[in-house]
Parts: sequence; C-alpha cells; structure tokens
Amino acid sequence: MTTIAIDNVSRWFGNVVAVNDVTMIISPGVTGLLGPNGAGKSTLINMMGGFLAPSTGTVTLDGATIWRNEGAYRHIGIVPEREAMYDFLTGAEFVRANAELHGLSDPGAAAKKALATVEMEYAQDRRIDTYSKGMRQRVKMASALVHEPSVLLLDEPFNGMDPRQRLQLMGLLRQMGVDGRTVLFSSHILEEVEQLAHHIEVIVAGRHAASGDFRKIRRLMTDRPHRYLVRSSDDRTLASALIADGSTTGLEFDIHDKALRIQAVDFMRFTELLPRIAREHGIRLYEVSPSDESLESVFSYLIAA
Amino acid sequence: MSAASVMYNPTVARLTYRALLGRRRALILFALPLLLLVISAAVRTLSGADDSTASGILSGFALATMVPLIGVIAGTGAIGSEIDDGSLLYLLAKPVKRSTIIVTKLLVAIGVSVGFAAMPTFFAGLILDGNGQHLAVAFGVAAVLASLAYSAIFLFLGVVTRHAVVVGLVYALLWESLIGNLVPGARTLSVQQWALALAQKVADPGAVSSSVGLPTAVVLLICVTLAATWFAGRRLRSLTLAGEE
Repeated sequence: MTTIAIDNVSRWFGNVVAVNDVTMIISPGVTGLLGPNGAGKSTLINMMGGFLAPSTGTVTLDGATIWRNEGAYRHIGIVPEREAMYDFLTGAEFVRANAELHGLSDPGAAAKKALATVEMEYAQDRRIDTYSKGMRQRVKMASALVHEPSVLLLDEPFNGMDPRQRLQLMGLLRQMGVDGRTVLFSSHILEEVEQLAHHIEVIVAGRHAASGDFRKIRRLMTDRPHRYLVRSSDDRTLASALIADGSTTGLEFDIHDKALRIQAVDFMRFTELLPRIAREHGIRLYEVSPSDESLESVFSYLIAA
Repeated sequence: MSAASVMYNPTVARLTYRALLGRRRALILFALPLLLLVISAAVRTLSGADDSTASGILSGFALATMVPLIGVIAGTGAIGSEIDDGSLLYLLAKPVKRSTIIVTKLLVAIGVSVGFAAMPTFFAGLILDGNGQHLAVAFGVAAVLASLAYSAIFLFLGVVTRHAVVVGLVYALLWESLIGNLVPGARTLSVQQWALALAQKVADPGAVSSSVGLPTAVVLLICVTLAATWFAGRRLRSLTLAGEE
C-alpha cells in the first residue's frame, strides 16, 4: 500500500501562486485530479514526482520526502505531458533504457512485458520520431510501467488520444487501480475523470476546491444554479408556466434581446420540465442555451460552495 | 557496487553519446577536425615541414579555435538539449544519483572532445612536421587537458543556462581567442594558456611559449574542472523541469 500525502503545500513562481495551501492524500486506486487548464494540476504532479520543491509544506511518499530523494523513483512511475523523449531511439530501445536505468535484473524482459502491456510491440522497432501522438503516449506509459511501480502519476494522459486508445488506456489504469496501485491522473474533462476515477480531487486556481467520489462531485456540479437563455414562439406563456414550478428560481424577460433568462436550481428536473411545458402549451423552442456552462464557471462555483 | 559503477552509468553514457552524435550539430564535430587535417596536409605539401608554421597552426587554429568549439558542442550538447526539451526527466525519474548522471555525461563529453579535437590535433602535428620538436605530442597532450576543462565548463553552462551554446561560443571565441590575446591579465584565466603551459613543458625548449607558469596552470585546470563538475551536479539536484508553467 503506497500513499502520497500532500500536506499544506503551496508553490509560487515569483509572485504568482500556482498552488495555494493544498492538503490531500492520494491512496491506492485510481484518483482523478480535475481542474481547468492553468489550475495548478501540473505543478502538483511535478511536486509529487519530485521535479519541483514545494515553497511551503511537504509532499511525502509513505512518509518519505520525495524532493531530492532518488530512491523514491523505485516506487514511482511518471508519464509526463511533454512530448519530448529520446526520439532517435526506437520504442524498444527507449523502454529498455528506462529498465536499465532502474537497475532491473532483466531489463530486456521487463521492457518486453511493458511494451506488451501497452500494445506497442508492433511498432517497437520504429524510431520514436515516426510515432503518432497516441503511440508516443503509450511508449511513455510503457517506460513508466517498466519497473512495476506502486505509484503511477500521469499528466493529462488522454490528450491527443483517439477513442480506441483512450478506452485501452482507461482499461489499463483501471486494472492497475484494482491491483492495489496508486494511480493519479490529471484532466480538465469531467467525463474522462468520472469514467475512470473512484476518487476525484478538484483543483481550481491553485486551490483544493472539492474532494470525493464522482457522484459527490457530479452532484456539486449539477446542483448549482444553472442559467439558460431561451427563445421561443411565446416567451410569456412559457415564463409563467416555468415559474410555477419549484425548479425555476429566477426569470427575466429580456425585451431587448427578445429572450428569457432563466435560473434553475434543480438541473435534472428543469431539463425534463422545459420540453414538457413547451409541448403542453404548443410553444416552439427556437433556442435553449446554457449561459454559464464553461468549465471555469462550474469550477468557480465549486470553490464558492 | 564498486565506486566506478556508482559514478558511471553505461545507459546514461549510451543515451548521451547517441544524442550527441545523432544530431545535425554533430556535423561540426566532423567538419572542424577534417578542416584542420586538410589545412595541415595542404601546408605540408605546399611549403614542406616547418616547425614554426606547425606551431602556429596547432596553437592558432587547433588549440585556440577548434578545441574550444568542439568543447562547446560536446559539453553543452551532452545535457543542454535534454533540459530544454524536458527529456532529461526520463533520466532524473530514476534511482540514479544526480552526480552519477553529471559525471557520466562529463566523461562522454570528454571522450567526444578528445576524439574529435585532441586526436586530430595530434595527427595534424604529425602531418605538419612529423612531431618535430615534439610539437605533435605537446599539442596533443595540451588539447587533451583543454578538452577536459572545456567539457566540464560547458557541461556546467548547459545545466545552468538555456543559452549555454551562445555563452559558450562567446567565451570560446571572444575570451579565449580575442581578449586572451589582447589583454595580458586575461591570459591567466584562459584554458588555452593553461594547456599551452603543458605544451611548453612537453615540447623542445623554446618551441612553445605560455604566459602562465606550469604549476599555476595545472592547479587552475584541476580546480576549474572539479568545481564546474561539482556545481553542475549540485545544480542538477535542484533542477526543476516545470519550465512550461
């Protein structure tokens, strides 16, 4: 059982605070680190991977400080977001070199096994600079798995993968979680995290915004007030019918825009209610658009909650 | 584990020299010594064996220009580009001591410098005047020691700055070639002069002259090489690879 503990960690670059007093425990199983771009996910992962010192606080692996502790890499595998590898090597040479650097007794066999795990045997003798992004991602993965680490850290691993590769990687990570390894991956896509992670940590603007299983996070995200802009053939009738229901808490009739601005609190009920009312009253809906669905606004709501 | 295997990692060495020789920059590694040998052969053919001409070419072109340039390419290329593109992460995320990574890369840089700068200098000396006044051996030895110091200095630069190649070129060309020849005081702090002090010792009396005494040269050479290596290792321990934040 391997656990990463992040304890009151802040990290700043000059006078920019990238991570602001974060405390979390990453336990065995698959954990998703969710947050919009620039939220500080990479900074956190870099600190967990020992590539960055926290400005304050501690990052430990089973109690041992990770920063400046090369021994920790016997237990950690890292899949970085950056593309650069030793591009002049073949996939097989690269993974084997990683196995040798770990001092494994049989690096050849370990490399072979890791390449088989990510299904890259078919292209292992090609130079890495001929690989597609998805293939690179899988070779990075093989290099991180070659010493069978108990902790796997992945920074935006699904970026640039096609759906089939995505499914394959998800299956692999899920299995590693089931096997009792500590798997942490970052993503800015809720659906991705939801499908895979048994536990989710949400980071927004450097702060730890929420923590829990996907149901809790999903509920936090869908229970917040939603704002919609609706245009229809009869805005006034629609408005009066909607406000009669408890799921709608606010209505504004925008004469200028000829549209309704609606605030709903019960997301599920409202999305079912709106088309039903329209049908019952013979109203045509010309436009229904969420006006604050950007991920950032969802996340900033989470912080305030 | 023996002491040697603690300071030297064959996998790091293999990746380093393949990276060094696999790039386009490596063409300069082949072009410069080839140029020296061609010039030497041409001079020998046109004007015959002459010790002072030989000394002029070996010190003016080989030791003053070629050795530092090859040193820049080998020293900065052994680590700088890996830091720039982030691929160094794959070496750092391993249970390998950072000092081992630096020492291994230094040994590779020295090997490349000796192979592409010091050996050609020796052979150029043989071509020019058949080791007359022991010039070929003297400049060969000098080039080996200069390669050592340059590799360490430029490897250190590769770790501390992203502009290592530019800084290295400025040092090699401006300081060593120009200022070193114009400002007498600067010569004391010139790898080239330290190397010349050794050449002076090896060659026949009066054949080579250096503005630095041999003991000073040896002490400075050793100190600079060790200090550069030590600081590079230290810097690598706290290197952050989060450059894109």
